[in-house]
Amino acid sequence: MRLYAEVAKRSFRRWSTYRAATISGIFKNSVFGFIRASILVAVAHARPGAGGLSVKGFVTFSVLSQALTSYVGIFGDGDEISERVRTGDVVTDLYRPADFQLWWLAADVGRGVFQLLGRGLPIVAVGALVYGLQAPASIAACALFAVSLVAALLTGFGLRFLVALSAFWLFDTRGTRQLTDTLTMFFSGLLVPLSLFPAGLEHLGRLLPFAGLVQTPTDVFLGTVTGWDAVARVAFQFAWALALLAGGRYVMTSATRRVVIQGG
Amino acid sequence: MPVIETEDLGKTFRVRRRAGRLRRRVEEVVAVSGLSFAIEPGEMVGYIGPNGAGKSTTIKMLTGILVPSHGTVRVNGLDPSRKRIEVARQVGVVFGQRSQLWWDLPLVDSFELLRRVYRVEEPTFRSTLGELVELLELNELLEVPVRQLSLGQRMRGDIAAALLHDPPIVYLDEPTIGLDVVSKARVREFLASRNATRGTTVLLTTHDLDDIERLCQRVMIIDHGSLLFDGGLADVVERLGQERTLVVDLAAPAAPLTVPGARVVHVDGVRQRLAFKQSETSAAAVIAAVASAAEIVELTIEEPDIESAIRRLYELGLDQPDTGEGAPRVKIDP
Amino acid sequence: MLDAIRVYRIIGGARVRSDLQYRASFVLFTISQFTITALDFLAVLIVFSNVHALNGWTLGQVTFLYGMGNFAFGLADLFIGSIEYVQVDIRLGTFDRLLLRPASPLVQVLADRFSLRRLGKVAEGALVFAIGCGVAGIHWTVGRIALAALSILTGATIFSAIWVLTACVCFWWVEAREAQNALTYGGSFVAQYPIGIYGVWLRRLLAYTVPVAFVNYFPAVYILGRHDRLGLPMWASFASPAVAAISVAAAATVWRVAVRHYRSTGS
Repeated sequence: MRLYAEVAKRSFRRWSTYRAATISGIFKNSVFGFIRASILVAVAHARPGAGGLSVKGFVTFSVLSQALTSYVGIFGDGDEISERVRTGDVVTDLYRPADFQLWWLAADVGRGVFQLLGRGLPIVAVGALVYGLQAPASIAACALFAVSLVAALLTGFGLRFLVALSAFWLFDTRGTRQLTDTLTMFFSGLLVPLSLFPAGLEHLGRLLPFAGLVQTPTDVFLGTVTGWDAVARVAFQFAWALALLAGGRYVMTSATRRVVIQGG
Repeated sequence: MPVIETEDLGKTFRVRRRAGRLRRRVEEVVAVSGLSFAIEPGEMVGYIGPNGAGKSTTIKMLTGILVPSHGTVRVNGLDPSRKRIEVARQVGVVFGQRSQLWWDLPLVDSFELLRRVYRVEEPTFRSTLGELVELLELNELLEVPVRQLSLGQRMRGDIAAALLHDPPIVYLDEPTIGLDVVSKARVREFLASRNATRGTTVLLTTHDLDDIERLCQRVMIIDHGSLLFDGGLADVVERLGQERTLVVDLAAPAAPLTVPGARVVHVDGVRQRLAFKQSETSAAAVIAAVASAAEIVELTIEEPDIESAIRRLYELGLDQPDTGEGAPRVKIDP
Repeated sequence: MLDAIRVYRIIGGARVRSDLQYRASFVLFTISQFTITALDFLAVLIVFSNVHALNGWTLGQVTFLYGMGNFAFGLADLFIGSIEYVQVDIRLGTFDRLLLRPASPLVQVLADRFSLRRLGKVAEGALVFAIGCGVAGIHWTVGRIALAALSILTGATIFSAIWVLTACVCFWWVEAREAQNALTYGGSFVAQYPIGIYGVWLRRLLAYTVPVAFVNYFPAVYILGRHDRLGLPMWASFASPAVAAISVAAAATVWRVAVRHYRSTGS
C-alpha cells in the first residue's frame, strides 16, 4: 500500500512541474468554457427551463465540465502506457513486483489530484470571478459530489487503461483513442448536457459509462438530481467504474500473457 | 581568397536560471568569443575541442542557423546570417547525431527530394548520385526506408545527401560517431579522396583523433569558446609533445609536489601529473624525487602523442595547476 | 512565393505518396475524421431540438453558417494545420536542419507533415456547407454566390493566419500548445454559432482582434439577407478579403520575427 502511495505522490509531483503547460491549459479550458456557456445561455434565453437549468446553472455546468476534463483525463492526458508498449519499455513495468493496473491507477490518482487542484480549481475560480457561479445545491450535495468525483476519476482511468491495453494488439492506438475520445466528448455531457438531448439519445447516454465522467458529478453539484435519485446515479457511476476496472484486469492478464509469448 | 573567413566572431547566450522558487535570473553565457580564422579552398581542417567548447555553435554560425553576437563571418564572401539561402546552396552539412534524411521514406526518395529542393539538374544529379552511391556502397540500400538502416549505413546516406548538390564546402559534425571500425575507415577514405579529386573544402568536427590524424593537415583547437591553437597537426605534437608525463598515484592526497626539472600540471586527489622535458631530466630522476617526497602507490609514464599534446594544451589554457577542487577539468574523450 | 509552393508540392507530395501506400489505414482514418467532425454538427442539431431559433437564427441558417466556417477551417487545417508541430521540431532540435536547406523553414515544416487524411474534416465542412446552402432559405443572386465562394477562400486564409500566429508563440514559450488550441480550435468553435450569442467584448474581439467574425459571420449575414451586423456598417460583409490580407501580413511578419529570434538565441 505504501508503494502505491509513493507512486501517486511521485506522479503528483511530476505533473506539478509542468507549470507553463498547466497555465496554458487553464486558459484553454476557460476559453472553451466561455464559448460553451454562451451557447447554452442562448438556449436558456430562447427556451427558459430547457434542460432543467437556469442561465447561471448552464454557465456553472460549462465551467465545471471544462474544469473536470483534465481531471478525468478526457483527452488522453498521460497516455504513457501505449507509448511504452510501442517502445517495448512496458516489459520493465511487467517485471516489477507490483500490480500493473494498480501501479498505473496510483500514478493516475496522483495526476488527477494535481489536475483537480492545480488546473480545475483555477478554472472554477476564473469562472466564478468572470460570471459568478451557482452554488452547490446543499451540503449533502457537496458530499455526494466529492464521492462522485472519485468515481469519475476511476471511470476515466478504467476507460483509458482499456484503450491503452489495445496497444498490445494494435500497436497504434490512435484509432481506438479517437473512437473513445469522440464517444466521450459526445456522451459525457461535455459538448452539450445530456439533459438537452432528445429523449431516446439521453436515455442511451445515461446508460453508458461516459456520463460518469462529467454529467453525473455536475448533476449532483447543481442539484439536477437530488436525494435518493442522486445516490442511485452515483452508485451507477461506481458500478461502471468497477466494471471497467475489472474488465481492465481481465484484458491485462491476456495482454501480459501475449507479451510473454512474444518475448517482450 | 579564403572560402571561409571569420573575424572576432563571438556568440553570447542569455540563459534564464532559476533563482529561488519563483524568480528567474538571467545569466550571460559566452559560448564563443574572439574567433578569427581563414580557411582556403581545398583545405581539410579538423576542429576539435571538449564538449561544450563551442564547436557546434561555430558551425551553426557558419551555416546561418545562429546569428553571431559580434564579429563577422563570410562564406564565399556571403554573410550566412543574411544570405542563408544562398549560402545553403554552397554548403553541405552532415550532423553525426541528427539525420538530414526523411525518416520513413526510402533512401533514394530522400535523395530525389533533396535534388529538387536544391534544384540540381537531372543529368548532373544522375552522375553525381551514381558516383556517390558507388563510393559509399549504397547500392543495396537505396530502396530501404531510412529508419531501417543501421547507424553506419545512415551515416553514409547522410554524407551522400550532403554532397548531392556538389557543394564546394562541407561541414561534418562527428561523422564517425558510433561507427564500427570498417565503416569509419570507409568514410575517411571517401572524404580524403573527395578532397583530393574535387578540392572540396572540409571542416571536420570530431572527438576521434584518428579521424584528425588520417585526414587533416590543419587543426583548430577550441576550448571554452576561444581558439587555443590553429595550425598544422605536426606543429601540435612538436610544440607541445616534447614533454613526457609522469602520472603518480600517491598513498594519500598531498600538495603539489616540488620536483626539480618537472612541474605539476594536475592534481586530483591522490593522483598527480608531472610534466618534464626529456632534455632536462630523466624519468628515473623524477621518480626518485617524488618517491623521496611522498609514498607512491602506482605510477605510469605517458609519452607525447596528439592526445596528450592536446590535453596539455587545455591545461595550458589555465594558468596555475589546480588542486582538483572546483574548476572543471577538461578531457578529450577518445 | 512561387518557390514556396514548389517546395511544398515536392515534399508534401512525397508525404502523400507515402501515406497512400497504406491505402486501407488511410481510408479508415479519413472516414473517422469525417465522422468525428460530423458529431460536432450533431451537437448543433441537438441544441436545436430544444429551441426553434438561437439569437434569431434558424437551424437552416446556422447550418449554413456552421458549414461555411467548418469548410474554411478544414481547408486551413489541411494546408497549414501542421504548423502546430513546429514546437515539436524546436523541442527535438530538428528545426535546425530545416535552416540548412535553401528553402523557407515554414514551408518545410508544413510540407513535412502534410496529411491528406485531414480531407475528412474538409469533406464534412463542405458537405454541411452544401446542405446549408440548400436549407437556409437563401435568395441566391450572382453576387451572393460569388461572395459565398470567395468567403470560403478568405475564411481559410484568415484561419491559416491565426494558425501561424498562434504557432509562433512556441518560439518564446514552449509549452503553449493548449493555449494555441484555444485560439485555433476555439476560433472554429465560436464560428459555429451566430456571434450575437456572445458577450459584447467577445464580439469585439472576434471582429477586430482575432477576426473570426469575418470568416463566416459577416458574409453570411449579407447572403442570408439578415441585418444583425453587430453595429458594423454594410460593407463589413465584404471586408473579408481585406481582413484576410491584413491577417496574412501580420502572420508573415510575426513568423519572420519568431525565426529571427530563434536564430539569435539558439534552441
